[in-house]
Amino acid sequence: MEKELRLMKGNEAVAEAAIRAGADGYFGYPITPQSEILEYLMEADPYHTTGMVVLQAESEVAAINMVYGGAACGKKVMTTSSSPGISLKQEGITYIAGAELPCLIVNVVRGGPGLGTIQPAQSDYFQATKGGGHGDYHLIVLAPASVQEMADFVELSFELAFKYRNPVMMLSDGAIGQMMEKVYLSPQKERSKTVPEWATTGKPPSRERVIITSLDLDPNGQERFNQKLVAKYNEIREKEVRYEEFQCEDAEYILVAYGTSARVCMKSIQLARAQGIKVGLLRPITLFPFPTKRLNELAGKVKMMFSIEMSAGQMVEDVMLSVNGKVPVYHFGRMGGIVTEPEEVVDFLKSKIIGG
Amino acid sequence: MAEATGIKDIIKPENLVYKKTKVMTDNTLSYCPGCGHGTAHRILAEIIEEEGLQSEAIGVSPVGCSVLLYDFLDIDWQQAAHGRAPAVATAIKRLLPEKFVFTYQGDGDLAAIGTAETIHACNRGENILIIFINNGIYGMTGGQMAPTTLPGMKSSTSPYGRDVKLMGNPLKMTDIVATLPGTYYVTRQSVHTPANVKKTKKAIRKAVQYQKLDRGTCFIEIVSNCPSGWKMTPVESNKWMEANMFPFYPLGDMKVPAEESAQKTTNSEKND
Amino acid sequence: MAKIRGSIVVNIDKCKGCEVCMVSCPTGTIAMAKEVNHKGYYYAYPANPELCIGCANCAMVCPDGVITVYKTKI
Repeated sequence: MEKELRLMKGNEAVAEAAIRAGADGYFGYPITPQSEILEYLMEADPYHTTGMVVLQAESEVAAINMVYGGAACGKKVMTTSSSPGISLKQEGITYIAGAELPCLIVNVVRGGPGLGTIQPAQSDYFQATKGGGHGDYHLIVLAPASVQEMADFVELSFELAFKYRNPVMMLSDGAIGQMMEKVYLSPQKERSKTVPEWATTGKPPSRERVIITSLDLDPNGQERFNQKLVAKYNEIREKEVRYEEFQCEDAEYILVAYGTSARVCMKSIQLARAQGIKVGLLRPITLFPFPTKRLNELAGKVKMMFSIEMSAGQMVEDVMLSVNGKVPVYHFGRMGGIVTEPEEVVDFLKSKIIGG
Repeated sequence: MAEATGIKDIIKPENLVYKKTKVMTDNTLSYCPGCGHGTAHRILAEIIEEEGLQSEAIGVSPVGCSVLLYDFLDIDWQQAAHGRAPAVATAIKRLLPEKFVFTYQGDGDLAAIGTAETIHACNRGENILIIFINNGIYGMTGGQMAPTTLPGMKSSTSPYGRDVKLMGNPLKMTDIVATLPGTYYVTRQSVHTPANVKKTKKAIRKAVQYQKLDRGTCFIEIVSNCPSGWKMTPVESNKWMEANMFPFYPLGDMKVPAEESAQKTTNSEKND
Repeated sequence: MAKIRGSIVVNIDKCKGCEVCMVSCPTGTIAMAKEVNHKGYYYAYPANPELCIGCANCAMVCPDGVITVYKTKI
C-alpha cells in the first residue's frame, strides 16, 4: 500500500505514526516542547476509529503507571514527555523493565537540570542509556534525527519492545519535535488481536495465573533474573545496533553525533571539507546498544574523534570507551538549550587539529 | 495435614456449610496472626468464585503487607509501584473493559504516596473497584505512622503519639472521594466479626454489579487491625479498633446510588 | 423439633492461634490447645464439640481460612 506524504511537525509525526502503527493506548501529560503529541491525539480522536485509548493523566507518574498496566495486558502502549517529566517516570520505567514489559517512551529533550529551559538539548543521554531509574537494566534507545525518523521509529520501537519484552525509548529533542518536514506515513495497521501468553487477561481454567511483578524476595531468584536480563541486553548488543555513516571512507577525523547535532555536523563536514579537512560523521541511531564495535574499527583508521552533543559531555564517555585509547576523543557542544552552530564545530575541530 | 475435628458423624460432604473457597491458593498467608488482611482476601475470593469472575478478574496489588496478594488469590495479577495501583487499574480497565478490575491497597499506598492517583482515578470515575485497607499504620516496614494514624496514637515514627500540630491530622480519604461525582458507591466496613464480614461481602458484591453496569468508581474502605504494629494480641486489637478507630472512621455507607432501594436481588444475594 | 448440630474441622498446621474464632463462637465450642503446632502457635480446636451449632461464625472471621464447617439436623 502507498505511503501518504505530509508536511508535519516532529511531534505530530509521532502521534500520527502511533495511530497508524495500531497502538492500543497513549497516556501522557502536557510539557513543553512535546505537548503537541497529546493535543494531536486528542484531536484525531482515534478511539472512535481504531479504538486506541488516549488519556491525559494527572501527572507523568500516573501516565507511566498506566503504561505499565496496559503493557502488562500485552497491549501496545506508550507515553511521551520531556526531561523533567522523564525524571518523574523513572520509577515506573524500572518497574516496566523489571517486569519485562514492552512499551514506548518518547523523550523530547529540553535543557536541564531541574526545570531548565524549553529549548532543545541532549543532556539526557546518561539518563537514557545508563539507567535513569534504579537497578540493573537498560532501555533500548533510538535517536531520531528527522521528522521521518520520528514517524518510522514508533513502529520500530514497538517491534523491538515486543521482541525483547523491554521498554524502548525514542530520545529526541525540542528542535526535531518542533520542526516541520516532509514525512511519508505508513498505511493504517490494524490493532493486534493476539495476546502474548505472558500477559494478564483474566485467568482461564486452562492455565496458571499470570503474575506481573518485579519483586522477588529470594535473592537467588532475583540474581537469576538479573542474569537473564544481562543475557537479554547482550543479545540486543549483538543484534540491534543501528547507525549511519557519512563520508567516513577517507576520513581522518570522525564526528560522532545523534539527533539535531548530527544534522549540524552534516553542514560542518561540508564546510570543513571545503577547507581540505577530511572529516566524516558516524551517526548512532541506537544509543543503546551503542555502535561500540564500529567506532573501535574506525578508530584504527583516523587521527581523532569528536563527540558533538548539546550537553556537558555525556556520549563522549561511550565514544572513549569504544575507542579504548586508540585515538584522542574530544567533546564539543552548546548547552542551556542552545543549538550548536555548524561553524562552531568546524572551529573546534580546527583548534584540536592545530593545537593537538 | 493435621486436623482437629468435632463430631465425626456430622462430617459428611452433604453436611458441608462452609469451606475455604478454591479461589484462595493453598499458600500459607504471610500475615501476622489475626490480621484483617486474610479475612478481607477471603471475602474477596469468595465473591470472585460466587460471581463466576475467576477468569474475568485482574487485580492490582500494592506495596505493603499485601504486596504478595498475588500468591494468595488464584486470578491474574499485576503488582503496582507504591500508590500507583489506581493508575495501573485505569489502563487495564480502559483497554480490557470486559474484565473485573480492582485494586487492593493499604493506607500508605492509597493515602500517602498514592493520594493523587487515588483522587484522580475516582475523579475520572474509572469503572473499577478500589479496596482500601485502613489499619492506621505502616505494617510491612515495621510500624511507622500512616496518614490515617489517629491523633495521639503511638507508632515507631510517632513514639510519643501523633502530634497533630507537627504531623497533621489523620486523612479521611473515603470522605474525600465520596465528594467526587466520579465515585458511585463509597462505603466503610470491617471484617472483625461475622456480622461485619457479611456486610463487607455484600458491599463487594454490589461493587461487582455496579462495575458490570459501568457506573463509575466503587470505593470500599475496610477498617482493620494491625496486632503487630499496635503491639497487642489479635483479640485485643479488635477491641481497640472498635473503641478507637470506629469513632474516628465510622462504619457505614457514605455514598449510595439513588436506585439502590429499587435494586433487584440476585440469587446469591438472597442466600446471604 | 429437630436440633441443629454442627462440626468443625480445623487445619492445625495453618492455624496461627489468633483466637478471633474463639471470641466469635456463640456456644463456647472453641478453645485454644495447650500444645503448639509446628510453627509454635497454640491452635484452635473444638474443645466442646457437642455445643457446636454449625453457624460458621468461626470460619467467617478466620483470617487464614483454616476452618471447615458441617451442619446437620438431628
